Amino acid sequence: MSDEQDHKLEAKSDYVADASSVSTPDIDSVPDAELPDQELYHSHSWWTTYVFSQDAKYIGIQYALTAIGTGLLGLVLSWLMRIQLAFPGLGWLEPSSYYQFVTMHGMIMVVYLLTALFLGGFGNLLIPLMCGARDMAFPYVNMLSYWAFVVAVLVLLASFFVPGGPTGAGWTLYPPQAITAGTPGYNGGIILMLISLILFVAGFTMGGLNYIITVLQLRARGMTLMRMPLTIWGIFTATVLAMFAFPALLVGCLMMTLDSLLGTSFFMPAMVSLGETLTHEGGSPILFQHLFWFFGHPEVYIVALPAFGIVSDLLSVHSRKTIFGYRMMVWAIVGIGALSFFVWAHHMYVSGMNPWFGFFFATTTLIIAVPTAIKVYNWILTLWRGNIQLSLPMLFSLGFIVTFLNGGLTGLFLGNVTVDVPLSDTYFVVAHFHMVMGIAPILVIFGAIYHWYPLITGRMMDETLGKIHFWITFLGSYAIYFPMHYQGFVGVPRRYFEIYDSPYIDTSTLLLNKFITIAVLIVGAAQLLFLYNLFASARLGKKSEKNPWKANSLEWQTPQMPPEHGNWGKELPKVYRWPYDFSVPGAKEDYIPQNQPPSEIIGAKVEKT
Amino acid sequence: MNKKKSIFQLLTEKPWETDQIEADNDHQGRTVNITKQKLGLRTIMAASTVLFSLFIVAYSDRMLVNDWRNMPEPWLLWFNTGILVISSIVFHQATKYAEKEIFDKTKNCLFFIGFLAYSFLIGQLIVWYQLMGTGYYATSNVANAFFYLFTTIHGLHIIGGIYFWGKTTSKFIKRSLKKEDINNLIDICAVYWHFLLVVWLVLFGLMLSS
Amino acid sequence: MIVALSIFLITIGSIAFHFWSPWWWTEVASNWGNMDDTILLTFWITGAVFVAICFFVAYCVWKFSYKKERRAEYKPEDKKLESRLTWATAIGVAALLAPGLVVWNQYVTVPENAYKVEVFAYQWGWKYRLPGEDGKLGKTDIKYINDDNPFGLIIEDPNGKDDLLVDADELHVLKDRPVKFELRTIDVLHNFYVPQFRGKMDMVPGIITYYWLTPTRVGDFEVLCAEYCGTGHYAMRGRVIVDEEKDYKKWEAKQVTFEKMLAKSKENDNLQLVKKEK
Repeated sequence: MSDEQDHKLEAKSDYVADASSVSTPDIDSVPDAELPDQELYHSHSWWTTYVFSQDAKYIGIQYALTAIGTGLLGLVLSWLMRIQLAFPGLGWLEPSSYYQFVTMHGMIMVVYLLTALFLGGFGNLLIPLMCGARDMAFPYVNMLSYWAFVVAVLVLLASFFVPGGPTGAGWTLYPPQAITAGTPGYNGGIILMLISLILFVAGFTMGGLNYIITVLQLRARGMTLMRMPLTIWGIFTATVLAMFAFPALLVGCLMMTLDSLLGTSFFMPAMVSLGETLTHEGGSPILFQHLFWFFGHPEVYIVALPAFGIVSDLLSVHSRKTIFGYRMMVWAIVGIGALSFFVWAHHMYVSGMNPWFGFFFATTTLIIAVPTAIKVYNWILTLWRGNIQLSLPMLFSLGFIVTFLNGGLTGLFLGNVTVDVPLSDTYFVVAHFHMVMGIAPILVIFGAIYHWYPLITGRMMDETLGKIHFWITFLGSYAIYFPMHYQGFVGVPRRYFEIYDSPYIDTSTLLLNKFITIAVLIVGAAQLLFLYNLFASARLGKKSEKNPWKANSLEWQTPQMPPEHGNWGKELPKVYRWPYDFSVPGAKEDYIPQNQPPSEIIGAKVEKT
Repeated sequence: MNKKKSIFQLLTEKPWETDQIEADNDHQGRTVNITKQKLGLRTIMAASTVLFSLFIVAYSDRMLVNDWRNMPEPWLLWFNTGILVISSIVFHQATKYAEKEIFDKTKNCLFFIGFLAYSFLIGQLIVWYQLMGTGYYATSNVANAFFYLFTTIHGLHIIGGIYFWGKTTSKFIKRSLKKEDINNLIDICAVYWHFLLVVWLVLFGLMLSS
Repeated sequence: MIVALSIFLITIGSIAFHFWSPWWWTEVASNWGNMDDTILLTFWITGAVFVAICFFVAYCVWKFSYKKERRAEYKPEDKKLESRLTWATAIGVAALLAPGLVVWNQYVTVPENAYKVEVFAYQWGWKYRLPGEDGKLGKTDIKYINDDNPFGLIIEDPNGKDDLLVDADELHVLKDRPVKFELRTIDVLHNFYVPQFRGKMDMVPGIITYYWLTPTRVGDFEVLCAEYCGTGHYAMRGRVIVDEEKDYKKWEAKQVTFEKMLAKSKENDNLQLVKKEK
């Protein structure tokens, strides 16, 4: 296109030319490793191999399956809620169960599904493989991390069986209602929820420690930071965010547990609860909200950044093209991560905090839109003049771009303090965050599973089933959430068990509820197809060749596929280039793996431009 | 190791350009030149610092409400603080001895540290007992609640420290590790001890000054 | 081809839905029509971006679909293009933010002459308190709340004596008179929300929050709680009626002052005592 561009091409060709013409081994030479190879733990019993495994790949799969299992519960809860909303006349749910389902659905999806799946699942699976390490830095701690997560999930599930049932405080768990009569599960369920979260944070900290140290210290020779795939950048930055954000949740949870169990007044003000004067005094409910969102907003990016990273790699591999603007992508990830700690109060514009904060947080919030927009531009510019294969991962990535774009743009409504006033606490908010941090990351998860499935099982997932799954999920979820924004415009408040015939709400709005619910049921059912595909293909799927997508990054270059314990056989890989050398002018293949020595690049004849 | 680069220089590298490719091929794979345990400890300390900072923020915010009643500071707290200071000094000494490979002295220092750490915990429990004896319960005022909360969280950190101290000491006595490895572990424990001292001084200072 | 076409159709469909679906905001009944304007502005800017990017994606998918013999372009970055896009975005974002901040400034700056009304929320209903003749609301404390003093007014405060207590979920406000809602809750969080007024603010136990507006249209509007407050959240409704002067005066005259109410309850107590003695 521009002159600058031609310049780049030339530089590239030079490098290829050198590689082919001077095919002496010394261009392949890499200094000897200064560090000894990592010592690995080798399992010697069934228990340590399959249950208390210390192999990151295996832990990743354990994490992913546990998270998906919990997520299915969240999905079923959403069905129950939607049926109530569409057919309030059925009267089959109590208001209290409705609110319990709302709460558990939200918490499960955000924390126990998305966070656990992206960081625990994909993090464990991909970090050592993509960085060229044998395993995580501290495999034993890594195993503890998974089991702490399992206990957290069990405690969460246990809350369904205590008297009063699980908490119905909304996933934000705002005091005072979270721990006062009038809210379901106010003295049993909420305590288990808080304990479960504390366990989750403890478990996550152990995992996060591993992800950070492994990315920083255990990369293969030649793997500089700027040669890491964007997936790793996304997961790494998200982990750093989580290490700084989860303490806020921990502080909030601990203090609320004490308020509830001991009767302290950290968050609890003097109040008359359903006619009874409580002994609390002076506590500040808004302080909890600040703590919660100081965790809660980075949490959005803890989910989004890995999705950003993964989708960048999927787009690049499946359009056979270098990711556009790699450096900008890295800066955007880091920038978004840093900024995400300065925007939390945009969840609190109408919370009763000092209204003058609104100016500051609206400004920071809209600033964060800039790096996010850059990422979108770079994704679509990666497609430009690519060679786009419409494989399943690509389809899901395209679906992600559309939904994320939609959800991101509605974020500009809610982030802009004035526009937020009429829209906050309505279905516009519900539609926005489902689009941007529900559907969009989940589409990436699906794309990623279809993409890396052969790496885990050695087999491909069924393409036809996958396509049906994609179309129902993508179109269906768009049909659910796009119209939902307009319910928000009408002013339908969220967290309403029933709307009744409110004079300002047209009956057609209630009709829309029925349409949305039917779409929800269909989309939910389509996930069964996916589950069938996921489990059946492990046995029945077509055998995959090595590196089926012809990708460059290291995880596909292991001696065996699926990789064995220790990943790399005798010798650790050496890295000669970044992972985005697709369609390099002059090279015979349209991809050059990161660990392929320059002398082995086939047919690189110079084509100077 | 490669020569040091600022984070800004690192992030502006163009990994696809020929010069950069040549430079990158020499890279050893590590980002910083310290052991993974040391970097791990720093990460944990960073997360811990955030945790305590948020507690402090919550404390300062809550302090402004007029139902706040200050707590007395029992003299025993000063004594406990003294114990913590001494244990930190002794740990520093232990790393010196370990460096010089004076086995006996290192061993004695490590044992003494363990004794001090347990004494600190017992001392804190006695303070709790005294305060509750004089009617300062966690429920009677939020200032008391913060005191119990802070001492508990700090105490849990100390217990975590004692666990790693125990592992390190037993490895040291068994002489099952190479010299650098065991010194690395002792160093890490020492840094953690200093960290917990600083945390305590900040928390104690905060509670004194309010 | 199908993929490109469906992305194209989704975009067209979204636009069509936006313009021709029956679902849109209720007619505004306060001075906050400018909030609607900021929403419209946001719609135009974000809508244009949405359409442009979706079309671009559809075009790429159609134009650059996989051919074995073709090679993708090798282009790691294009600084000029990237910085242009960054600046364009920054300008677009600023254009959204600036009007937003201006309106927010109006929203949080209450005019001097605003008539103060206390909105009193509890699980799960609404009550109201008007300042009475002196135009001042008396001080309250949660510890004084009992059957005789449902609002918890401090009896010693002279400002409270003539306060009109509306022990019902229906409030009347005067058209074209700025009103400041002082929002108070005695238990959990609530939020006083009238869709037609556009304004919103959480009510937080322990503090008084507020927002203001000028009703501009006579009518009968529904009050909803917009902050989750427990099992009865969805049923926590009330009414606000915007009146012309005459109707408003009529309604106001029917309300009881705090003083009268105290006297009345004392009378009742005495009666009961007498009964008991008998």
